[in-house]
Amino acid sequence: MFGTDRHHEGQTRANRARRRGRTRLVALLGSLAVVAAACSDTAIPQNSLDPASPQARDIDELWNLVFWIAVVIFVLVEAALIFAVIRYRKRRRDPERPVKQVHGNTRLEILWTIIPTIILAIVAVPTLATIFELREEPSPDENALEINVIGHQWWWEFEYPEYGFTTAQEMYVPTGRTIYLNLTSADVIHSFWTPRLQGKRDAVPGRVNNLTFLAEEEGEYLGQCAEFCGLAHADMRHVVVAVSPEEFDAWAEKHATPPEIPTEGPAAAGYETFQVVCTACHVIDGAAGTPVDRTVPLEDRTEWAYAPNLSYFGERQKFGGWSFDNDPNHLEAWLADPTLLKPMAPELNDLDDGRILGMPNFGLDDTEIQNLIALLEALR
Amino acid sequence: MATLTPDVTAAVDASPAPRGGIWSWITTTDHKKIGILYGVTSIFFFLVGGIEALFIRLQLATPNGEVLSADAYNQLFTMHATTMVFLVVMPLAAAFANYFLPLLIGARDVAFPRMNAFSYWFFLAGGIFLTVSFFVGGAPDGGWFGYAPLSTQVGEMVRMDYWALGLLVLGVASIASSVNFITTVLTMRAPGMTLMRMPVFVWMIFVISFLLLFSLPMVTVGLFQVWTDRNLGTLFFDAAGGGDPVLWQHLFWLFGHPEVYVLILPAMGIVSEVLPTFARKPLFGRSFVIFSGIAIGFMGFGVWAHHMFTSGLGPVAEAAFALTTMFIAVPTGVKIFNWLGTIWGGSLRLATPALFSLGFIFLFVIGGLSGVTHSIVPADSQQHDSYYVVAHFHYVLFGGAIFGIFAGIYYWFPKVTGRMMSERLGMWNFWLMFIGMNLTFAPMHVLGLNGMPRRTYRYAEGLGLDLWNLVATVGSFVLAFGVLVFLINAIRSWRRGPEAGPDPWDGRTLEWTTSSPPPVHNFDEIPVVEHEDDFWHRKYATDEEGYAVRVATDDAAAESTGPPEDLHLPSPSFYPALSGLGVLIALLGVVYVPWGLLATAVGGAIMVWGLFGWSLESLVREEH
Repeated sequence: MFGTDRHHEGQTRANRARRRGRTRLVALLGSLAVVAAACSDTAIPQNSLDPASPQARDIDELWNLVFWIAVVIFVLVEAALIFAVIRYRKRRRDPERPVKQVHGNTRLEILWTIIPTIILAIVAVPTLATIFELREEPSPDENALEINVIGHQWWWEFEYPEYGFTTAQEMYVPTGRTIYLNLTSADVIHSFWTPRLQGKRDAVPGRVNNLTFLAEEEGEYLGQCAEFCGLAHADMRHVVVAVSPEEFDAWAEKHATPPEIPTEGPAAAGYETFQVVCTACHVIDGAAGTPVDRTVPLEDRTEWAYAPNLSYFGERQKFGGWSFDNDPNHLEAWLADPTLLKPMAPELNDLDDGRILGMPNFGLDDTEIQNLIALLEALR
Repeated sequence: MATLTPDVTAAVDASPAPRGGIWSWITTTDHKKIGILYGVTSIFFFLVGGIEALFIRLQLATPNGEVLSADAYNQLFTMHATTMVFLVVMPLAAAFANYFLPLLIGARDVAFPRMNAFSYWFFLAGGIFLTVSFFVGGAPDGGWFGYAPLSTQVGEMVRMDYWALGLLVLGVASIASSVNFITTVLTMRAPGMTLMRMPVFVWMIFVISFLLLFSLPMVTVGLFQVWTDRNLGTLFFDAAGGGDPVLWQHLFWLFGHPEVYVLILPAMGIVSEVLPTFARKPLFGRSFVIFSGIAIGFMGFGVWAHHMFTSGLGPVAEAAFALTTMFIAVPTGVKIFNWLGTIWGGSLRLATPALFSLGFIFLFVIGGLSGVTHSIVPADSQQHDSYYVVAHFHYVLFGGAIFGIFAGIYYWFPKVTGRMMSERLGMWNFWLMFIGMNLTFAPMHVLGLNGMPRRTYRYAEGLGLDLWNLVATVGSFVLAFGVLVFLINAIRSWRRGPEAGPDPWDGRTLEWTTSSPPPVHNFDEIPVVEHEDDFWHRKYATDEEGYAVRVATDDAAAESTGPPEDLHLPSPSFYPALSGLGVLIALLGVVYVPWGLLATAVGGAIMVWGLFGWSLESLVREEH
């Protein structure tokens, strides 16, 4: 009648249940080790569990509260499960035991419905408080620095309205000052995420979302786009570089003025090439290309840059969605055939429609490439 | 107790003798054969989706992987998700619902047998249609959730047209099934089977039928809008044109969230049948379990924007959805306690169906807890769109839905095939899948919190993501090996497993009263039901202290008296399959509009022919 017993082979159920219990204990300890490792900050530059701003810290504290409650519930429930399985299992050699046909226990069921509800209600309080706190606009005496973050396929543009310039890939900020981001997109939905500094917020075309953070210490904070945006979504990275307020002022003032263009040597030749080949999409302030009108408020804008502003390209650590080291080797590979380095579909570009899916291969020869590299490296 | 009375008086063509062969499968209206069709098709797609996942894991095993191009990767992750959700988990639930819902309520078939077949053929048409895309220039690559305006951005490529149209036709199949199951439950229960005496699995199918009925229309509207934005120049989701990309998100998730309950409730229903059988006790707090299923059905419509916590909804909306999401955890979670209460004090036979059910509970607790952490909006702003979410939903969908489904497969395989599966291979299957699953998905919690976003074809060196990605890849192959063991078990057992008999598990519900496999008419006599777990009560009485005591029965199930003389069964019909063929051709034509309109016209005509033929053919026909 009990079909399964005919097929049981191998060790006794008791041994197997004991091993099951041990296996689960090992699994539990293993998972705790994993958790402990996750909290360490060595060489995990995008670690949300290693906050570097008051906002990220608030989030981390809330997370800790919820996480440990969840761990306690996990341990209690799984232990009850394992205990019940071991205690009430029927081994093959056991005689058939009569079982009490219990249908339920209304009081117990009400209790175990109410208790989780109460736990959740308790957790809801700091949750709601933090939601509203993180959403507050900075007060005027915080003297927040506004930065417009514009998502493009597949690079981040950072515009500094206070100073009137735009740049890409690297967002410099002063430490100790509130940074207020206005996020939008020139094409599809992206999401700006710098885990050590803040949670993420989507950059949605047609609307402006906001995000506030404050970098407590100097350093580099890595991040990447977190909303699937097409071919090179994985290569749409960025860095927030927090420097002292003095250094930041110097950086911003420099970027607010056009760079010097070399007049001699390969770089000058590169500049000639640049003006012919590159200005359909790229801008070097005061020297090449047509910038978009940045006096239009972000929410009303209809015109967007086609490609990163290259004014101070020579200073950037990486390019191409902050994915490739800014050195002659990588630049050479890029200029020779951009889609070999980064997956893009420039054959689908439609500039009038605002659809830019990458940088085409312009069939540059070696000399043109070397000259352009000389120009780009000189822009600092 | 209402039963459907066909409007015929003539002497009936009794149970149409199955002619065997492919034609009998193409024209079948027998819910059991349709269930098998769903089951086999879904398992095939499970393997396809699984192989897609293995490729993904191979690409992500190391930083800057070069196994797949970004384009191939984006197609594979889109299709992996689309396949698993729409072509595996949903139709596997449909497979069990089709086969067992009538048996569990003591009926001979569903209310609309030909529409039942129609649902299957439309599902198959959708599956074939989506598969064709791989061979004609590329599969959909915009994610299974198709966020606009990425999904509407490149109108000249057809990939996302395959996606939108494929989901539309799959939705039609599900809506038809929902209508069918709701009607069957409301009108075809055996005498004495009140709604509260229905098995919990039937209740779960009942609830998800309503979830699908009310949620699918919303995504249907959205999918039409995606299609017209792509092909007819509309601007629904085009910001520059005055549209709103976030509108798509609302329409999608208004469907998408109830959808996840559609994915999990049937598995919970299966576990609610298996555990009492193997613990030899009733489901603890049966009414609570049923009511919490109904509660989830309602509350499931109030949480959708928790998928949009980073879209910029504003703090008030975010707070509201945080609360509703936290509270839907209550009816979802208390079921765990009910199952624990079922085991407690029982005599638990640890056969494979029970193991998978216990595995379900263990893994669903983890997935459920990580889900609750998502409701904590500020924390979610770190978790969202990262591998933490991937961990969460694989725990609830793989550890939950798939483990529950495997419990159902091992539990009901003897009834469907008349043979037992191997317990030894079942153990191996379970442990390989359990260990593999944890190895693959547990590290993803860490990866997400450590800053790895989703849907990325590669990750850079120096981000600290290498080790756990490698572990996850190794785990995925352990998992795959477990699935292989399952296949071996299933195929060998179907061919030459030991005979099962009608009631190999000493079951509680009506399907175990009939032979294995059941005759085409299910029951020689429609049972009269007096209790929940009616079969159990025929075999066992309870003494004064509440212990079950075996009563003498005249092993009625062993003897088949043959079908009653006035039996009427649905006749086979090829019109449902014909309409499926028609819609497939029509859809392919729509993709290649304008010159494809010819195919659309032809396909449409075939489909209409199928629908008319079906409407006009008599319910009773000569054997042909």
